[in-house]
Amino acid sequence: MTLDQILVIIGGISLSSWVAWYFWFSEKRVVKIETSAGGFQEAVITVKGGYTPDVLLFEAGKPIKLNFIREETAACSEQVIFPDLQKQAELTPFKSIPVELQIDKPGEYSFQCGMGMLRGKLIVQ
Amino acid sequence: MAHDPVCGMEVKTPSKYWLDLNGKRYEFCSIQCINKFAIDPASYINLDYAEQNTYRTTNYGIENIELNINGLQCATCVANIENSLKIQRGIKKAHVNYATSKAHVTFNNKDITTNEIIDIIKSGGYTVGFDTLKIGISGMHCGSCVTNIEDGLKKKNGVIDANVNLASGSASIKYLPGFINADELRKEIENLGYLTFYKSSNETKLEQGKLHEDDTNEVDDNQAARDKEYKTLMKKFIFAGILALPVMFFSYPTVWNLPEQFQMGSPVLKYIWIVMSLLSLPVMFWSGSQFYTGAWAAFKNRSANMHTLIATGVSSAWLYSAVATYFPGIFPEAVLADQFYDVIFVVIALVVLGMALEIRAKGKSSEAIKKLIGLQAKTARIIRDGKEVDIPVEEVVLEDVVIVRPGEKVPVDGVIVEGSSSIDESMITGESIPVEKHTGDEIIGATINKTGSFKFKAIKVGKDTALSQIIQMVEQAQSSKAPIQKIVDKVAGYFVPSVIIAAIFSFVVWYVFGPVPNLIYALIVFVTVLVIACPCALGLATPISLMVGVGKGAENGILIRSGDALETAQKLNTIVLDKTGTITEGKPSLTDIITWNGFTEEEILTLSASVEKSSEHPLGEAIIKAAQDKEFNLSNAHDFNAVPGHGVEAKVNDRKVLLGNLKMMKKYSIKLDSLEFKSSELADKGKTPMFVAIDGIAAGIIAVADVIKPDSANAIEKLKSMGLEVVMITGDNSRTANAIGKQVGISRVLSEVLPEDKAFNVQKLQNEGKIVAMVGDGINDAPALAQADIGLAIGTGTDVAIEASDITLIKGSLEGVVLAIQLSKATMKNIKQNLFGAFFYNGLGLPIAAGLLYPFFGLLLSPMLAGAAMAFSSVTVVTNANRLRRFKPKF
Repeated sequence: MTLDQILVIIGGISLSSWVAWYFWFSEKRVVKIETSAGGFQEAVITVKGGYTPDVLLFEAGKPIKLNFIREETAACSEQVIFPDLQKQAELTPFKSIPVELQIDKPGEYSFQCGMGMLRGKLIVQ
Repeated sequence: MAHDPVCGMEVKTPSKYWLDLNGKRYEFCSIQCINKFAIDPASYINLDYAEQNTYRTTNYGIENIELNINGLQCATCVANIENSLKIQRGIKKAHVNYATSKAHVTFNNKDITTNEIIDIIKSGGYTVGFDTLKIGISGMHCGSCVTNIEDGLKKKNGVIDANVNLASGSASIKYLPGFINADELRKEIENLGYLTFYKSSNETKLEQGKLHEDDTNEVDDNQAARDKEYKTLMKKFIFAGILALPVMFFSYPTVWNLPEQFQMGSPVLKYIWIVMSLLSLPVMFWSGSQFYTGAWAAFKNRSANMHTLIATGVSSAWLYSAVATYFPGIFPEAVLADQFYDVIFVVIALVVLGMALEIRAKGKSSEAIKKLIGLQAKTARIIRDGKEVDIPVEEVVLEDVVIVRPGEKVPVDGVIVEGSSSIDESMITGESIPVEKHTGDEIIGATINKTGSFKFKAIKVGKDTALSQIIQMVEQAQSSKAPIQKIVDKVAGYFVPSVIIAAIFSFVVWYVFGPVPNLIYALIVFVTVLVIACPCALGLATPISLMVGVGKGAENGILIRSGDALETAQKLNTIVLDKTGTITEGKPSLTDIITWNGFTEEEILTLSASVEKSSEHPLGEAIIKAAQDKEFNLSNAHDFNAVPGHGVEAKVNDRKVLLGNLKMMKKYSIKLDSLEFKSSELADKGKTPMFVAIDGIAAGIIAVADVIKPDSANAIEKLKSMGLEVVMITGDNSRTANAIGKQVGISRVLSEVLPEDKAFNVQKLQNEGKIVAMVGDGINDAPALAQADIGLAIGTGTDVAIEASDITLIKGSLEGVVLAIQLSKATMKNIKQNLFGAFFYNGLGLPIAAGLLYPFFGLLLSPMLAGAAMAFSSVTVVTNANRLRRFKPKF
């Protein structure tokens, strides 16, 4: 085995490990949402190729308001679906679309675009 | 009892603790209270006075509001809201109705405002329904005008929020209809010195639950965005596609047999490569911009998607080609200095085209819900203060009397109070034949009045109308997850990073073990693997079919509650039908008249109906209705007498009429002869026969029965032919039950079942290992519907959101059951096809792209072919789902 082959193997293995670590095992940034004066736990989520922020932390039992702002016209993100909560919303581009939820049971609730390519989740504690 | 002015407690008079002040005796509960009072009596006395004062003003400051509340889940919520309201100052009465999700609050507007009440309800975690009025305002010049109008509006009771936009010259006002209306709001703005004009019809909006707010407008906006995106993508495709042609031409000099100067290694080709490297930049960063922005956004969130794959693949190809173009010397062998610009152009062009086609196809998939939203009437003509006025449909309140002329849409749900007409209900129930409606009949909003004019009283408005409920149920079902999707979700989470790892792995294997030039092969395989993987097809497979299937159901009057229900419905093997109201009409009607001793049918029917006019028996109604349908003139009966357990007797036009059972006839010694035999024949068929005797002579028999719906037998036959075991359940005696069962072809009849035992009987069937569906009405059969694996509720009129049911059939026909099962089967088949296609495609495509076939057949996939395959796999999924739109029930 030549040196370049050995280097490619080592490079491949380390790159693969990095991919696996980065996408699966690294700690995701969780954004904690505070309760506003109106009694809502209100968050703004930017939709552009993904949801930013995409992991949000809420308190159980208090009303939640997510304001989605879709800053793109790519059809992929035109719908946001909360399958566990049986809710959906059409996201009109460049408008703030509120989605109000009430989650009493702590747990993780995912949300996604119509085809499941963009994903995010609500952690309710 | 006296009142402690300090703590507010009731104290026994005379109390041990008391004080005299200005001649008035004050009593207290304890020494502490006396002390407090003694220090500063004025504050407590004033409070006392203030309270009395308030009480007096309430006579004209008192108001009542009705608020729609969302999020009421249990009876305890009711108590929560009521209690949180009652402790507030100024609230006189608070009553929350769980069934209607409404709060009725009586309050004093001096102490508390509507907004504060709403805030209190909200702070408990519930939301309140309101309307939004969008109105244009002219005459605004500055920011202070904005605050001026906003403050002016917000002061009004019933206005929750007002937002004025100076730039667009408009206001968006959230208000409670029934408390203040659009006209009053407009006048308020005009009073402030501005001009108003209607921007568009105002739009109903609910704070929660209804996310398609600003309905029509929003749908249009979305459609416009979709159209724009389609056009942009097509432009991007054309740009990349046109450039791809010369690139393809010069990339394969040997294939096209080009002259020497264009072959590998020539200086001309080197310049062409430079041009291609530059041209590829706009293709990558304009035509393919979404791949980069999408990939980057996902990367930041530590996730990966289709864009990640395409962007990585295309970028790798470009990097390699650029090095080959500008620094060919780096490569140890000349043959390695090759370019892959063609891959960039073709892959981007094809994938972009695929995305454009997908948008087009997806627009069709969501047509059903758009159609439903579009059904809503915009205006209503109502009678207010004795005058006919046209108002936006959102402002129709309960009990309003609405006028509907021929050809017009019924704006909300209600009951006809005057007039009659035939109404086309096909858009709601799927029933194509217009239905005759008379005074007292329920009518459904969004249906079309065909022939006559009528007036009706609104009984359901806003989000309570059948149409709104249907839309909400369809949306909920469309956003639910079929259990089958859960596997897909697991896979999808790992899919893209796995593909990247697989691509790296393939690169390494080809580099180490592949043929010469191994670097080129390794790169091709790397790019091909990235490009061919299609996570979209996988992610889209279930939801898109579910969306089309559920929408198709709604078009046919079948409301499927969730993906779960759809998936279970196709696994059913036993179906339990409730008799009354499901197989039969649910109300008695006249079936037979047997004449005797020379009496005519008209005589018997007219006289019996005239007698029954005085009775209140439900069987009597059937006789009266039959006589009225035949337009016989009824007379008044005299000397009416009901003999319990026997029948009735009366005098009509001086003729003595007896109507009753055998006991009645025996009592009056009427000779029946073979009429008695005929009577038991009718009884055997499940009918209720009544003897009629006129002036002491037997005149005949009138038989009444709960008739079987005309299509029941056919539908049951169909269910049986689909391999389902059909069981009938009823509280009737076994003789009647079996008679009905025989007529509709059901052999397994569970008779004499008490209503509360129906659920138990369903469970017994389930214990036999069967997957059971129960069909019945949503009220009496609710426990059985809930117990069954699938509960199908037969809808009655406007009540469509039946809690216990998994599927609601708006049209009260058993054919709906057949249709629901067929549709579930068709949808699940479609989902499975899609999933199989997606898994098969990826499962087969990925190894081939990695070059698994190369050692055996020398076959290696071109990255461009991979791009084409990827682009069209997701289009195929959507197109296949759209095939469901052509679903036709098989009868």
